[in-house]
Amino acid sequence: MSGLELRDVTKRFGTFTAVDSINLDVPDGTFVCLLGPSGCGKTTLLRMIAGLEEPSEGFILIDGADMTPVPTHKRNLGMVFQSLALFPHLNVGENIAYPLRIRGVDAARQKARVDELLELIHLPGYAERGISQLSGGQRQRVAIARALALSPKLFLLDEPLSALDAKLREAMQVELRQLQQQLGITTIVVTHDQREAMTMADLVVVMGEARIRQAAAPVEIYRQPADAFVADFIGSTNLLDFAADSTGRIEVLGGAIAGLEAPDGLGQGRISIRPEDVHLVAPGEGHDGTVTFVRDLGGTIETFVDVGGSTIVAVTTPRDRTGIKAGDKVGVVFPPEACVVLAR
Amino acid sequence: MRREPPRSAADYAPIVFPGVMLLVFFVIPFSIMFAVSFFRRNPAGFYSPDFVFDNYARFLTPFFGTVLGFSLLLAILVAIICVAVSVPFTVLLARASRRAQTLWLVALLSVLSLSEVIIGFSWSTLLSRTAGITNLFVAIGLMEEPRALLPGFGAVLTGMVYQALPYTILILYPAIVRLDPTLMEAARTLGASPVRAFFNVVVPAMRNTIVATLIMVFVFALGSYLLPQILGRPRHWTLSVLITDQAILQSNMPFAAAMAVFLVLISLALVGLTVMAGGRRDAS
Repeated sequence: MSGLELRDVTKRFGTFTAVDSINLDVPDGTFVCLLGPSGCGKTTLLRMIAGLEEPSEGFILIDGADMTPVPTHKRNLGMVFQSLALFPHLNVGENIAYPLRIRGVDAARQKARVDELLELIHLPGYAERGISQLSGGQRQRVAIARALALSPKLFLLDEPLSALDAKLREAMQVELRQLQQQLGITTIVVTHDQREAMTMADLVVVMGEARIRQAAAPVEIYRQPADAFVADFIGSTNLLDFAADSTGRIEVLGGAIAGLEAPDGLGQGRISIRPEDVHLVAPGEGHDGTVTFVRDLGGTIETFVDVGGSTIVAVTTPRDRTGIKAGDKVGVVFPPEACVVLAR
Repeated sequence: MRREPPRSAADYAPIVFPGVMLLVFFVIPFSIMFAVSFFRRNPAGFYSPDFVFDNYARFLTPFFGTVLGFSLLLAILVAIICVAVSVPFTVLLARASRRAQTLWLVALLSVLSLSEVIIGFSWSTLLSRTAGITNLFVAIGLMEEPRALLPGFGAVLTGMVYQALPYTILILYPAIVRLDPTLMEAARTLGASPVRAFFNVVVPAMRNTIVATLIMVFVFALGSYLLPQILGRPRHWTLSVLITDQAILQSNMPFAAAMAVFLVLISLALVGLTVMAGGRRDAS
């Protein structure tokens, strides 16, 4: 198979398992986001793909060839570090040309490639600038250009945008995605920001406690989370315990949800429902609840409803502003098509 | 931290103590030495105040020229060897676990606490024929028979490098610990072998620190006067040995003072040149 394959990749530091038998196929040209809370092993996994850490077990294959014993400098990859790791003693042009210089590319072709890359990252004419004269976003772009100088097979980024402010970060996410599509390069980004992953990725790999929890397209991850961890980590959700009878009828918070069936043999578990899918109706319909707090954010309104001791969050837009305020009695409806049934 | 220029006389108070110490223990003795270097030696007594250049004229001879040249060469060689060994060592040390780092640093500090005399005699034993390291080489079959490795230039160099090495590492350590380890990793992902990455990235990023360390070790080595005597032949004696000899054994203070002043000026000139060379490359 062409692309990147991970086979039972495991990394242990002493008795601590940082990455636990990861299996993943990444087809050529895919944009992958490794997403997870800090300490879930995503950076360690990326460093093993780069060859900066050696797997304790398992294999890393690129285009079917085992890369595990190949040292970093022979893997033909480009990597952007969280710290960016731009060489302070070299200027922008020299930084970008560094991999070319290592390969013994002649000066004229180095210069041509540097100009081409500066064009690509929208910083033409910056070759002579010092690194310290650049803004955070510009440094980011230079680090990306340097990693791409050799047109690598694999483009790896470790929390590349975490040092930027929110606005710039969002702009860079779009830019990075467009750049990747333009070049068609297989890209793996480590991030803990789910918005970032949703914006950029073809394939989101959610990691938790050293394992892959789910690997799927962003919308599928959001709509069909594989377990409660993924549902909770991606966006916000309402997780509700349920009990099901032998016919599969599901009961939540003391009321049944019509039209929703538990899979065979699942007696109890949890339901995940996104706040924007929760409907608030007149009291008497659905589950009875009391509004405890209303957060009006202008663009959206979050309503917190107490239903039998659990807090349910419902999000609406001002367009269907309902005029509900704290203390009101409401009915809460969970549309069955929006509920995801999860095992415990 | 905010830095404001001092406004009143009281703001200068913190520098009064170091200033006085520097004046009393450095400026005044050095001035006296400088004055004495122009005095006339009195063979019957000590010296008599005068203003002659005889003392300076006396070492404008091939003999003292050779000694001066040898002293400078030795100090430069010691500085280069120490830095060449210490930089890779310290880079590796900085990557070791906290515990290993502490152990190494404590060991280095304990070497630093040894006096020059103990270091000198330890090395003279270690390099001797009867009890030296060559006996070990014979035992493991590397050598036919034990041999004396001293006195000689190699022995002097070894002893001085040994003495200056912990000092070098302790100067380099703080700067190297602060060096971003991802710089090396970045170079490796860009196609540089680890050795190449070290020379392309660590060495240039550390250039100012390395130059400063070279100067400090050079000055440190220049003052060494016991090790060349214990481990070397008379032709391996440095100017510092001759100064001690003139000042203490020959009671020729004016000549010793003149040599000392000359040595200081030469070292200052060398340090100045190094700094200027470093500064020019910075500007380019």
